[in-house]
Amino acid sequence: MSKYRMLKYLRQEVLPTTMCLGCGGGTVLNIFANAVDELGIDPKDLVMVSGIGCSAWIPSPYFKADTLHTTHGRPIAFATGIKVGLPDKYVVVISGDGDLAGIGGNHLLHAARRNIDIAVILVNNFIHGMTGGQVAPTTPFGAKTTTTPYGNIEHPLNISETVAAAGASYVARWTTANPFMLLKSIKKALTKKGFALVEVISQCPVQFGQRNKLRSAPDMLRWFLKNSVPLKKAMKMSPEELEGKIVIGEFIDRERVEFVEELNKIIRGVYVNAD
Amino acid sequence: MSDSLKDIVEIKINGLSISINKHFCKGCGICIEMCPTKVFEWSEKLSEKGVYFPVPSYIDKCTKCRRCELMCPDFAISVEVEEGAG
Ligand SMILES: Cc1ncc(C[n+]2csc(CCOP(=O)(O)OP(=O)(O)O)c2C)c(N)n1
Ligand code: SF4
Ligand code: SF4
Repeated sequence: MSKYRMLKYLRQEVLPTTMCLGCGGGTVLNIFANAVDELGIDPKDLVMVSGIGCSAWIPSPYFKADTLHTTHGRPIAFATGIKVGLPDKYVVVISGDGDLAGIGGNHLLHAARRNIDIAVILVNNFIHGMTGGQVAPTTPFGAKTTTTPYGNIEHPLNISETVAAAGASYVARWTTANPFMLLKSIKKALTKKGFALVEVISQCPVQFGQRNKLRSAPDMLRWFLKNSVPLKKAMKMSPEELEGKIVIGEFIDRERVEFVEELNKIIRGVYVNAD
Repeated sequence: MSDSLKDIVEIKINGLSISINKHFCKGCGICIEMCPTKVFEWSEKLSEKGVYFPVPSYIDKCTKCRRCELMCPDFAISVEVEEGAG
């Protein structure tokens, strides 16, 4: 039995995880457990939701809290229902880029627009990992995937900027090579009133790395460190200079009217008027 | 799941202990390459899982930052500091 303190948050009977060696998904799970621990959140107060894909396996079945493993692209829709029904719970979505920003992209946009109080940890590994490494709406321009063997001719969606523009209260992007900043942002996202997104650029060494001359997890992490640009510096750079770079930092952190609170105000008002 | 203590490789020095669970470790090398002071080296022999695993041979260089513990995707590392040994 490993002695690591965070194991108490996991269903240990299902370990080791099914993730490939060096997959960043495990690091996200590890850092999430640390965030819950440092905030002193009782896992009984957590509801975790995921969709379909390797990254959707991060909360389910491993994290020992109520977990809902839903259909592809829909975890934010389920999470919205959970938060409306159980407003006192911490509702957290952990899932992949294909799931949340590809097939489920509209749910992401509109949950941010409504500013509903859920935390979304979007694990962006640039690819549809589970199904064999097909191109995703997040795949970098020029990158090789099973469906872009000559290089991707599409431009990736800038998820963090899009969600910030859509109306979220909190948005941050870090890579798995920035574990301490990631921990801080996940804690912020958990406690922030309103829609909070933490986009984690994460390594899929098997489906993405091996096709793009990044053969191992450490190779990918070094590539993240080399290509990351802090937001403050990025603001002074041209789009050409930023091509292929990973901009990291907090994109937005603001107070904004929250959906469930407004909804319950109306419900209370209607009951008072009915009396 | 494994309950056996023989899965654990532990090195201790001055109230600091670093342990690796060989049953969990998949041998990805993240801890070895991301430790800022290069505390780990690869094992000479394969684990029962058939992978080389990290050994904290240079534990004296550890700054207790816990980066390895936090980054390990498989919950295989534990860095423990005895109270008062900070
Ligand atoms: C409706 C539907 N369409 C397609 C699929 C096949 N499918 C399973 S996982 C997946 C992609 C997941 O990608 P991502 O969210 O990026 O997760 P990753 O595996 O990369 O972590 C797809 C397309 C499905 N399960 N359901
Ligand atoms: S295929 Fe990629 S994303 Fe899926 S478990 Fe393996 S490394 Fe992780
Ligand atoms: S990071 Fe974890 S799984 Fe990877 S080699 Fe180190 S102990 Fe093993």
